[in-house]
Amino acid sequence: MNPSLHLWLIPILPLAGAAINGFLGKKSSRQGVSVVGLLFPGAAFAWALWVAARFSSLSLPYQEFFAHWIRISGFTADFTLYLDQLSLVMLLVVTGVGFLIHIYSIGYMWDDPGYYRFFAYLNLFLFFMLTLVLANNYLLMFIGWEGVGLASYLLIGFWFTKDSAASAGKKAFIVNRIGDFGFLIGLFLLIKHFGSLNFDQVFEAVKPLSVETAGAGVLTAIGILLMVGACGKSAQIPLYVWLPDAMEGPTPVSALIHAATMVTAGVYMVARSHVIFEHAPMALTVVAIIGTLTAFFAATIGIAQTDIKKVLAYSTVSQLGYMFMACGVGAFSAGIFHLMTHAFFKGLLFLGAGSAIHAVGGEQDMRKMGGLKSYILWTFLTMSIATLAIAGIPPLAGFWSKDEILWKAYQVSKVYWAIGIITAFITSFYMFRLLFMTFFGDYRGTQVDAHGHVTRSHDAHAHGEPHESPMVMVVPLMILAVLSLVGGLVGIGNRFEDFLAPVFGSPEAVEAASHGTEMLLMGMSVAVALLGWWLAYLLYCKRPELPQKIADSLGDFYQAVAHKYYIDELYAALFVKPLIDGSTRILWQGVDRKIIDATVDDSADAARHVSDEVRHMQSGNLRSYAGWIAVGSAVVIAYMIWMGVR
Amino acid sequence: MVPLSYYLMLSGILFACGVAGFLIKRNIITIFMSIELMLNGVNLSFVAFAAHWHALAGQVFVFFVMVVAAAEAAVGLAIIIAVYRTRETLNIDQVNLLKL
Repeated sequence: MNPSLHLWLIPILPLAGAAINGFLGKKSSRQGVSVVGLLFPGAAFAWALWVAARFSSLSLPYQEFFAHWIRISGFTADFTLYLDQLSLVMLLVVTGVGFLIHIYSIGYMWDDPGYYRFFAYLNLFLFFMLTLVLANNYLLMFIGWEGVGLASYLLIGFWFTKDSAASAGKKAFIVNRIGDFGFLIGLFLLIKHFGSLNFDQVFEAVKPLSVETAGAGVLTAIGILLMVGACGKSAQIPLYVWLPDAMEGPTPVSALIHAATMVTAGVYMVARSHVIFEHAPMALTVVAIIGTLTAFFAATIGIAQTDIKKVLAYSTVSQLGYMFMACGVGAFSAGIFHLMTHAFFKGLLFLGAGSAIHAVGGEQDMRKMGGLKSYILWTFLTMSIATLAIAGIPPLAGFWSKDEILWKAYQVSKVYWAIGIITAFITSFYMFRLLFMTFFGDYRGTQVDAHGHVTRSHDAHAHGEPHESPMVMVVPLMILAVLSLVGGLVGIGNRFEDFLAPVFGSPEAVEAASHGTEMLLMGMSVAVALLGWWLAYLLYCKRPELPQKIADSLGDFYQAVAHKYYIDELYAALFVKPLIDGSTRILWQGVDRKIIDATVDDSADAARHVSDEVRHMQSGNLRSYAGWIAVGSAVVIAYMIWMGVR
Repeated sequence: MVPLSYYLMLSGILFACGVAGFLIKRNIITIFMSIELMLNGVNLSFVAFAAHWHALAGQVFVFFVMVVAAAEAAVGLAIIIAVYRTRETLNIDQVNLLKL
C-alpha cells in the first residue's frame, strides 16, 4: 500500500488562492494580492516537488480516491487523482513553469487596475490544469479541459474594454467548442463500447482487442474524435486560428496558457490515450499528418509576421505540430519530452518578449524595436538562449527533443522527416529573424518629428529610453534560461524515454547499424538550424534592405503569407458568414420573428379583433338585447327541432 | 278535428308577431300590446296541448298566466299614464333618463 500523498492539495491550493483573490482581492492591497497569488501556487509547486521526491518509493500508478461523483448502474466516475510518470512530468511542468510565470506577472501586471483579477484567473487556471493532468478518468479530465478553456477565455479577454481582446476571447472559446464537441462524442463512444471512462478500465478493455489494421473500426473513430478535441485545444489544423488571436491577452498569459501548458493539454490527452491510438493505426496516421502539416504550415506563416507575439504564437502552433507528429509516429515519450522542453524555452521566449514589450512601452511591432540588446541586456541574453534552444542548436533543450522526434519520424516515414527538417530550418530562420529584428541594429522606436521633439511613435505613456525590467521579472527569465540550457540533458541516452517506459511501453530495440544514420540525421538537424541562423543573419543584419526586395519580388505570394494565407478570411466566408446570415435571415427574421413572435402577436391581435366586434353587442339598447334573446332562443329551438327530426 | 300542429303554428305566428312588435315599435302602448300578444300565443299552445292530451294542467296554467297578465296590465298601464303625465310622450327612446 502506498502512503497517502495528499495529492488533492496540489489542485486545491491554487483554487483557494483564486477564491481568496477573486472574492477579497478588490479591497486588499497589491502586496496582499501578490502574497496570496504567489503563496498558493508556490505551495502547490513545493508539494509537487515533495511528491516527486517520494516518487521512486511508490507503486505506480498511484491513485487517490477523493470523493464519489457519479455512480449509476455500473458506470462510475469519481473524483480520483491518478499519478504515474506521465502525470508527474506534467505536474512538475505545470506547477513549476506556472509558479515562475506568477512571479513574473507581479512585475508585468503591477500597474494594471485589474491586478487582483489577473491573479485570481491565473490561479483558477492552475487549478483546472492540475485537475486535467491528475484526473483518473476522462470525465474529470474533461472538467479540467473545459475549465482551462474558461480560464483561457477570461484571460484572453482580460482587457475586455478593448474590442479586439473581447472578440479574440470569444473566438478562442467558440473554436475550442468545436473541438470539445468531437472530444465529447469520443467519450460517448467510449461509454457505449467499454462502459467506463476510467483510464485503467478503458485501457484494460482495449488491450486484448485486435489492432484495427484492416479497416476503420470503433477505436479508429474514438481516436479521431479525441484528436478533434486535441486539435481544438492544441491549436492544430484546422482549428488553430484562435491561438494567434489569443495574443491579445497579457503576455504572461500567452506564456503560461498559450505556450507552456494549456495548449499542450491535447498532446497530453493523446499521449494518455496511447493505448487506444496504438490499436487504431489509421487514427495515428491522422494525428501524424495533422501534426506534420501544422508544423510546416504555421512555421511558414511565422516568417512574415511583424508582431513579436504573433511570431511566437505561430511558432507555438508549429512546435505543437511537432509534438503531434511525434505522437502520430508512436513516439509518445518524444512528444512529451518536446512538450517539456518547449514549456521551458517557449515560456521563456514569451516572457522575454513581454520584457521587451515592457521595455519599449507597449510596442509589439518588431519593426519599431531593434537595437534593444544594449538597453535590456538580461532579456537579450536569456532570449538568445531560448532562441538557440528552439532553433535546435546543441546542447540546448530544443535540440534533444526535436532531434528525438525527427529520428522517430524518420523510422516511420521519410516524408514526415523531410517536412520536419524543412520546418526546423524555417523555425531557426524566423526565430533568429525575431532576435535580430528586436535586439540588433538601431533602435527604431523613437521618431524625431518636424519640431525636433522626440516622440514615441505608438504608445501614449512614453517613458523615454527602453529600460530593463525589474528583477522580479528578470529572475524567472534566468531560471527558465537555465532550464532551457540543461533541460534537454535528461533525454541523453534515452533516460527520459526509459522513465516514461512504464506508461508507454518499452521502446523497440533499434538496430545497431542505424546508429550511423541517427548521427547523420542529427548532423543534418544541426546543419539546417545553422543555415537558418546564417540566412537570418544575412537578411536582417548584413543586408537589412534585402527582405523588402525579396518580399516585393514574391508579390502576391508574400502577401498571402503575410495575411496568414487568408485562412481567417476563408473561415469567415465559409463558416462565420453563412452562420451569421443563416441566424439573421432564417432563425431571427424567419423563425423567431415570423413564427414564434408572430404566433404570440397574432393570437393577441385576433383576441382583440374578436372582442372589438363582440363588444358592439353590449350597446345598452334594451331592444337590441331583446333581439339577441330572441335570436338566441330561435337558434336553440331550431337546434332542438333539428335534433328531434333527426 | 283540427290537428295539433295547426294550433301550434298559429301560436308560433302570434308569438313571433309579438316579438317583432316588441322589437320594432317605439310606442309604449304598442309594446305593451305586443307583450300581451306573446303571452296569448303561449296560452294558445297551452290549451291546444291540454285538449290534445286530455290533461287539465295546461288549462290551469293558462288561468295563472291570465291572472298575472291582468295584474301586469293594471300596474303597467298605471306606469304608462304616470310616464305620459311627467314626460308627455309615449316614445320609449325618449324615456332614457337612467341611461348613461
